[in-house]
Amino acid sequence: MSFINTFMNGEQAAFKPESQTALQKIALRFVVVGLIYYGFAAIEGMIMRIYQIQPISAIPPDQYFGILTAHPLVGIFGSSYSLVFGAFLFLVPFLMKKPIWSVKMANWSFLLVTFGTLTFWTAGFLTHYAPLYTLYWPLPADFSQFTPVGGAFFILGIALVMVGTVFFVINIFNTIVYTPKGWEKQPSGALIRDALGITGLANLFRKKERQKDHLVSLPVAAIARGTVDVALNSGIILFTGVLILVYMVAAIFGHSLEKTAIDALLYKNWFWWGLDLVADGLVLIFVAGTWYLLATLITGKKLFMQNVARAALLLELVVSWTVWSHHLMSDQAQPGFLKIISGEMVTAFELFTQGLAFFITLATLWAARPLKMTPPLKFLLGGLLGFALAVPAGIMQADLGLNRILHNTQWIVGPHVHVAILVGLTMTLYAAVYLLFPILTNGGKLYSEKLANLHFWGHLLGGIGMGAFMGMAGLKGMLRRTIYFEGEFNIYMILAGICGALLLISFLIFFYNIVMSVGVNGVLGIFAKPKVVTAEALPPEA
Amino acid sequence: MVDSALVLHGQTIAYTAYTLLIMSLMVWFAVRITRARKGSPVSNGLFYAWIVFLVVLGVSLHIATAKTIPWKELDLHRAHIKPDKHFVITVEDHKFTLPADTLYVDLHDKVLFDVTSKDLTYGFGLFRKDNSMLFQMQVVPGHRNDILWEFVNPGVYTIRSTEYSGPEGIDMILKDVVVVK
Repeated sequence: MSFINTFMNGEQAAFKPESQTALQKIALRFVVVGLIYYGFAAIEGMIMRIYQIQPISAIPPDQYFGILTAHPLVGIFGSSYSLVFGAFLFLVPFLMKKPIWSVKMANWSFLLVTFGTLTFWTAGFLTHYAPLYTLYWPLPADFSQFTPVGGAFFILGIALVMVGTVFFVINIFNTIVYTPKGWEKQPSGALIRDALGITGLANLFRKKERQKDHLVSLPVAAIARGTVDVALNSGIILFTGVLILVYMVAAIFGHSLEKTAIDALLYKNWFWWGLDLVADGLVLIFVAGTWYLLATLITGKKLFMQNVARAALLLELVVSWTVWSHHLMSDQAQPGFLKIISGEMVTAFELFTQGLAFFITLATLWAARPLKMTPPLKFLLGGLLGFALAVPAGIMQADLGLNRILHNTQWIVGPHVHVAILVGLTMTLYAAVYLLFPILTNGGKLYSEKLANLHFWGHLLGGIGMGAFMGMAGLKGMLRRTIYFEGEFNIYMILAGICGALLLISFLIFFYNIVMSVGVNGVLGIFAKPKVVTAEALPPEA
Repeated sequence: MVDSALVLHGQTIAYTAYTLLIMSLMVWFAVRITRARKGSPVSNGLFYAWIVFLVVLGVSLHIATAKTIPWKELDLHRAHIKPDKHFVITVEDHKFTLPADTLYVDLHDKVLFDVTSKDLTYGFGLFRKDNSMLFQMQVVPGHRNDILWEFVNPGVYTIRSTEYSGPEGIDMILKDVVVVK
């Protein structure tokens, strides 16, 4: 097959978008958009890596901070949320073997997340609105540094993403509990109890013969449990956005509202509580659920210690709701008991919950030996390693003594944040993409396993290397949210930049591999109206 | 009291050793699961031993640092400790205002830095000549932000905002304004 033919029609022309169901198309649309936004975040990341070596004269500091504000939001909402929403809106009906509650609502989630991200990114790019994702009060309403109009569009974009998120939440829970037309009445109460891990927890205390059967599979339980945090988080962000918007609208109409009406520390607690439902809640839970799914699909075996895994998901609920104070350990007005109990102790519990998921996944793989080292398995192991590196780094910085000399340094954002997101989360998502690719494309073929291999090594070494060099700079005192003009940390920043470039190159390799697998016509076909009319995950003949 | 540079040095060694260990383990695991030998289930005992190990590890870190990092206790009990020196500092419009051009401190003095923000959330950190951090804290408007610190090494330190407060905050650096003799 000629290069042009493969480029246009995909590997062996095996992918036929007209054979896809609406759900398969929605999932792949989310994947395409998620990868494009990942590309945005990667390019932004590289610009910032270069800027940390030598500030670029064409980019003034206010634009640099605009990029720094957009980068994590595009990465999390535009890319990770898209990949996760697309995968889960497909997987819940697929695993439960029932139609999705609403195809229309799934489409709305896609449109709102896609255009919401584009709106806030454009607003940040054009107006340099740059309060960072932390939005520490009263910075988002500091109109001596930012324009209220730019800020209002920025917040509007975030709000659109959150509305799309709420639609995702409604769709997931309704799909789990509803009774499809013509079906026998579904036990919605029992379904929701099982999905939230309550049945799994109760089974731990029942004799074997009295243990209740599970109505939903473990990955669906993990999706449901993480979706609780998604719901709460979107509520917090929406509320905070409206609050900031009130100040902006007032400023646009020439009124200056009193900023001290809002207590900066209370606001910080409130906002971090919500943000940690992402960072220490849904990310960890969704990742654990995806590990379980990947391990069972790769091995074809039951998960090791299934009831404990289910109970741990419920336990993670308590952890993710009470862990936020580790972000406020350097806030001297924060009560000491919150620093110790929530900041140190509850955070240390994440070592326990994530360590359980790590062990259970490895034990499931171990019992199924020998396994073939396929791209999904490779990326799964990479994802496991990412969290094995990043979680202990997080536990260390959540120590009252160490936080005093690590807070806001490159240590936080390197070995912890970037290794967790780029190596842990992203490699897990890549594993899912490689594994689900033939299912979502009804037998589509991967263009090149060699390129997948290059993607793996480039991403793994680039991600760990970048995090490591950023961490070394952090230990030497380099801060994370400022600009160094005199090359104070250049050795580390040049090495981190090289690793960042490796990450970008490996992403381009992956992107090329996927485009060559489905072809340009295939990519366009994903966005065409589905010809197979069904709310089921797979076409009827599959 | 130990210097914060020594603590960071210890942390670097501990974390580097851990990363090398976990990466080696993962490589070993990846090689073993692809070998032709048929797998056997992992014993439940190993699983429960792992749980105990995680709990012990998570808790012991904080217990160990409570005993080895002296500023941890100093921080928690600072309200009941009489400082040798007390500096009141204000921050407004991205500028620090110090009680004097240079703050002089005697070696082993316990110094209270009491920082108030009149507008935004800032940070307050002391940095050594080589740009490494001695300590930092957040400076939140409308609240008391104070830190008690014992200086164990002579030196000249720079004050720098450690929190982002908008693009105008990048110049919040007062070079060599704390002198410890």
